[in-house]
Amino acid sequence: MKLTGAQILVETLIEQGVDTVFGYPGGSVLHIYDELYKSCGRIRHIITCHEQGAAHAADGYARATGKTGVVIATSGPGATNLVTGIATAYLDSTPMVAFTGNVARALIGKDSFQEVDICGITMPITKHNYIVKDIGRLADIIREAFEIANSGRPGPVLIDIPKDIQAAETDFEHKPPAEKAPGRKPSDKSIANAVELIARSKKPFIYAGGGVVNSGASKELVEFAEALGAPVGTSMMGLTAMEYDHPLFLGMTGMHGRYAASKVMSLSDLIIAVGTRFSDRATGNKTEFSRDRKILHIDIDPAEIGKNIPAYVSLVGDVKEILGRLLAEKIKPSSKAWRNEVAELKNAPDNHLGMAEGKLTPEAFIKAVKARMPYEGIVATDVGQHQLWTAQYYHFRRPRSLITSGGLGTMGFGMGSAIGACIGSGDVKTVLFTSDGSFHMNMNEMATAASYRLPLVIAVLNNNALGMVRQWQTIFYECRYSNTTLNRKTDFVAAAKAFGIEGLLCDSLEKMPEVLDAAFACEGPVLVEVKIDSDEKVLPMIPPGGTIHDIILKG
Amino acid sequence: MADDRFLLSVLVNNEAGVLTRVSGLFARRSFNIDSLSVGETDDPHISRINIAANGDDNFKDQVVLQLSKLHDVKVVELMDLSKTVTRELMLIKVMADLESRNQIFQAVEVFRAKVIDLAADSLSVEITGEPSKLNAFIEYLRPFGIAELCRTGVTAIGRGNYILSQIKNREED
Repeated sequence: MKLTGAQILVETLIEQGVDTVFGYPGGSVLHIYDELYKSCGRIRHIITCHEQGAAHAADGYARATGKTGVVIATSGPGATNLVTGIATAYLDSTPMVAFTGNVARALIGKDSFQEVDICGITMPITKHNYIVKDIGRLADIIREAFEIANSGRPGPVLIDIPKDIQAAETDFEHKPPAEKAPGRKPSDKSIANAVELIARSKKPFIYAGGGVVNSGASKELVEFAEALGAPVGTSMMGLTAMEYDHPLFLGMTGMHGRYAASKVMSLSDLIIAVGTRFSDRATGNKTEFSRDRKILHIDIDPAEIGKNIPAYVSLVGDVKEILGRLLAEKIKPSSKAWRNEVAELKNAPDNHLGMAEGKLTPEAFIKAVKARMPYEGIVATDVGQHQLWTAQYYHFRRPRSLITSGGLGTMGFGMGSAIGACIGSGDVKTVLFTSDGSFHMNMNEMATAASYRLPLVIAVLNNNALGMVRQWQTIFYECRYSNTTLNRKTDFVAAAKAFGIEGLLCDSLEKMPEVLDAAFACEGPVLVEVKIDSDEKVLPMIPPGGTIHDIILKG
Repeated sequence: MADDRFLLSVLVNNEAGVLTRVSGLFARRSFNIDSLSVGETDDPHISRINIAANGDDNFKDQVVLQLSKLHDVKVVELMDLSKTVTRELMLIKVMADLESRNQIFQAVEVFRAKVIDLAADSLSVEITGEPSKLNAFIEYLRPFGIAELCRTGVTAIGRGNYILSQIKNREED
């Protein structure tokens, strides 16, 4: 069967099980959009307001569903607008395939209209990328891209398709999607070493990262923690790996982690690190982090072993499978003394820093939202103080229910990712916690939420400032608030209405229940502007490069 | 520093952009390259890159592991320098009047180099050898005035039955 490049693209996507793509049309992808039109809804295309929003949407879709996110953009600015979205996916290991059009092959290298070398630009932020110069290779390149995006540690792959390749014809035959290539597995000897290390530990601590969520290993993690009677702390990316209310769960560790999690970690003699890369935000001072304790590092990416923190024993492979193998071994529960010590620290007063009562605080608002959310609901965030408050106070119940930019820390990630996550999950109730700073970056995507009537609650925590940077200026720059106290004139409620979505104002604790009830009663998108104090801080805080001894508990 | 020197031999797909991927990885991870040489192998689909760099064991491991993650990289091998023949080619143009010419010819002979071009007040020499020999040759010629110099970077091959393309990257830890 002879098909054009654009037809092959559509057919191969369907072959890979793709039913939804995000994107934005343009001159160099006209052939592709023509085929999407003619394919009569076999693939649903979600149009955003900006390619960055589409990239974040594909990312959010992938994070919420575990499927591969797909985004399409035109050449030149369309392609460069994807860059932040691709980098965000790369840093947080999200499977994504990005398609860009490019000018026809004969025009490449001539600085033609809307031509950029997007492969060159995205080389350091993709697992791999391709420019298709031979129509005969197109189908297999797309298949290979999906395989790479999903194999081992997931990540984004980009395929750049010149316009004439989209129009060229070649023979095409469907192939069944490739089976997942078997990944690395630790040897029995390494497993035995790990088991021995665990057996010798008197004070084990489990530190779980995003790899547990990616691998779908939450159940195994909980079973392992229970078998060992070991406390669990997580990175921000690993926050949904364990239900908050589990007795062994201590919360997030690191810069803005919970006191008990950081404290117990610092007292442990063994850290069992599962699916994590030891980000500097999570470890603080790297020398102190591994002083006086051993590290058992379990991760799918061999290059993470010893990259940031030296491992005493390492197990490379799929986290779910490895935890399963460890569970099959005889694991003796940790001592009662250690469990008592942990339990005591979990109840220490320093864990309950809570914000002032009797006024509208981020804590009060986030908890009130949680109380109204269904179990299946999804929470997305932007980046900044509101993100950390969400991480601290939302108390997650289910894996993949938090969509947040951990590694790259992308302000403006929220709207796109919330849209993608909401669509991917079959329009479940989704809440975006954002702020005046982050929301100003990509609020245009309100139009997308309105077009698709998404059940999205956009909570704009407005402190009239770039709160996180302002907090650092307060603590480390003697309150010199350079360009962070914004006091912009934006009327968010009116802006929401202008975009065709509901807008509500929450400016007092008394009004909060009524406003939230009204917001959650909306079937379509709704924005709630929440007025909060500019001086509200994210606490506790361990300064960069610090340890538990440097923890700041009071503002 | 000399003890920290290491040599990597890397087999890669012979495709456009692969060299950029490899050198870009070094730049992005703040890995320094002392020299890099690349060329097609007997299999036209495969190129071999030889990279000389320096750093401690931890650094070496990271370089190998990160390179191994590139899709186009087939084999990465940290060469055992005691079992590897290394060579580099250098072309050097040195100022030479009638007086100094004989001294330079002598050096060319001692270093087993070859004069490849002769002009009224300069001559060009080709020399092959280990990088340390090339360095010694440069130092000898420096007082005469070096007009131009170019080196290919180190290329290397394992001794005996050691065949790079038959090495599988470690699957087990």
